[in-house]
Amino acid sequence: MSHSVDTWIMALLTLCVFSFLYRDNPFYRFAEHLFVGAAAGYLLAVQYQNVLVPNMIRPLGRGNLLPLVPLALGIMLLGRLAEKTSSASRWALAFYVGIYSGIAVPAYMQAQIFAQLADATKPWQPGWGAINSALILIGFLTVLAYFFFSAPHRGLHGASARVGIWFLMVAFGASFGYTVMARVSLLIARVQFLLRDWLGVLPGA
Amino acid sequence: MRQGPFVLTFLVGAMLIAIFFIPHYRAQQVQTQLLDWANIVYAFALALGSISLLVLHGNKVRAGGSQAKYSFVTVAALVVITVAGVVQGVEEGTLVNRIYNAVNAPLASTMFALLAFFIASAAFRAFRARNTEATLLLATALIMMFGRVSIGEFVWSGFPPLTEWLLDVPNLAAKRGVAIGVGLGAVATALKIILGIDRSYMGKA
Amino acid sequence: MADGGLWRRLLRLDRRWIFVLVGLATAVPLLFPVNLPVTPTPRVQAFYDAVESVPEGSPVLLSLDYEPDIMAELQPMSIAVLRHCFRRNLKPVILTLYPAGPGLIERALAIASEAEGKKRDVDFVFLGYKSGSQSVILGLGESIRSMFPEDFWGTPIDDIPLMANLNAYADFPLVINLSGSAIADYYIRIAATRYHKPLLLGCTAVMATDYYPYLSSGQLLGLMGGMKGAAEYERLAGLFGDARRGMDAQSMVHVVIVILVILGNVALLTTGGLRRGPGASSGGGSREP
Repeated sequence: MSHSVDTWIMALLTLCVFSFLYRDNPFYRFAEHLFVGAAAGYLLAVQYQNVLVPNMIRPLGRGNLLPLVPLALGIMLLGRLAEKTSSASRWALAFYVGIYSGIAVPAYMQAQIFAQLADATKPWQPGWGAINSALILIGFLTVLAYFFFSAPHRGLHGASARVGIWFLMVAFGASFGYTVMARVSLLIARVQFLLRDWLGVLPGA
Repeated sequence: MRQGPFVLTFLVGAMLIAIFFIPHYRAQQVQTQLLDWANIVYAFALALGSISLLVLHGNKVRAGGSQAKYSFVTVAALVVITVAGVVQGVEEGTLVNRIYNAVNAPLASTMFALLAFFIASAAFRAFRARNTEATLLLATALIMMFGRVSIGEFVWSGFPPLTEWLLDVPNLAAKRGVAIGVGLGAVATALKIILGIDRSYMGKA
Repeated sequence: MADGGLWRRLLRLDRRWIFVLVGLATAVPLLFPVNLPVTPTPRVQAFYDAVESVPEGSPVLLSLDYEPDIMAELQPMSIAVLRHCFRRNLKPVILTLYPAGPGLIERALAIASEAEGKKRDVDFVFLGYKSGSQSVILGLGESIRSMFPEDFWGTPIDDIPLMANLNAYADFPLVINLSGSAIADYYIRIAATRYHKPLLLGCTAVMATDYYPYLSSGQLLGLMGGMKGAAEYERLAGLFGDARRGMDAQSMVHVVIVILVILGNVALLTTGGLRRGPGASSGGGSREP
């Protein structure tokens, strides 16, 4: 069994969360509220140390006045806390949304739309592989048909959209299987921690 | 003045799209600078969120009652970690880093691990082959879960190639449709925002 | 109708019995491992082959972007990939875009470098953490030095001989990203698409299926998904790490869930409930966390 205080804290918190499996209880509530506060606090501390200090506070200290622009925008954003000043936050929002909209347009066009369309229109594989190529093309087109809501899903469009749903269902099934796999992996790691790092009963530890 | 923020969105958005096509290093420097600023504004947005959380739970503590002690835990964790992080930093060897490893990490991963149990229970009670679509989803998920791990291969050597085909053909087709659909949607939304056609993100402020 | 009664009772089963079953299916194989064989899938093989195909002595850019909450899936990948690189005498240049990443990477580097007898600054460089994910990934296309003036331990980059000719994606034959978030998309958009760099991705299993289109288009050369992907890589590299240790339990829990789904459907079909609606039972914490 471990002699480290940290390992004991980790183990007890792990058990607090798992206790929810029996039923909702004060230990779980404690862990849940601790998690919310600790996660928010950590995020804030990290943003301060790794964003505000190097990109704003240090340059300002060196006499570089440019970071006053984002500082002013940031303070305007905090204006949202009071009714009277909340309209100031629109400037900060406008700046932030403008930046990421501007980044998104060429990035999505190049990596997601053009590159994927280019791949979708390349020649089919030879031999039996052509069947797979055809299926990929059909699936891709019918899924797009499903996502096209500007016209009602009737007639040929409706039939295509239905086939598109089938492809989507297979893809969601695959995603579901993989999601189960991911959650189980995390569970395995928690149990490995409890049995090996805390209790020290796992073979080959 | 009401139009001001929309002009700002247009200017930064259009500038970033233009910069994409200009390989000169000065243009790239401007882009990096703007992204740094956006990160600073984002840090203030997180601060805004944390202040709201603090106010919410602070009010609950003041109101008293059976849940007040849990809200106190959230407030205490948030304040202690933020203050320690701002004063001492968050790197290896600091108090915040130790708290992160002993508290945040086990809580976050156990919360996710808990889902393994709930997925199992939900799969038993709600995962039904009701119609063609649901059957496709269910069959794919089962094949993935069984065929993707060692025991599936042990039972039938055809499982791994079958899972690979499902991922490589129908899954790929659907995910490509989704990627292009999402890409087109993102580009259209971004352009509407930059051009001031879509102003809903501003809310009513 | 004895059977019908049995199935009906099964549908009303308290879900805490299912929790017990899942718990046992996880713990028992860990306590009594049989080490079921792990066979590499083509995408992980492609990942491994891409690392194999880099000429000996070449630098490789490794971005390890995860924190302790998902380390179960990604830490075994990091250790396996690092050890593979070291064995091939490649020179990994490592960075992270997550603030809680450095501690994990230090541990992975300690394990891998000790096992393969490699030295810091001679055989690998750890640049540490830098905030701003997307802007850093963009910046790496122009100047590593402006993004990381010194390494994780405070040595100026210009004092590290290994970094002498390395300053952008263009100087690396291969970029590897092990990530549990949208950072993977940024690497695809920027490193692979904009800068045309061969890119390998290791990600959580939740994300894995979304990246198959990028394999087909060549924007990704290989993909390693979740603990299972890591176990396959360990197998290819001839290692036995935490991922392979977990695979018996992974198999067992999956079998339990598959059987539960089948039983649930058979029970509902037998009791005629498939047409009427789901069965109900409760127990355990009633709020979903």
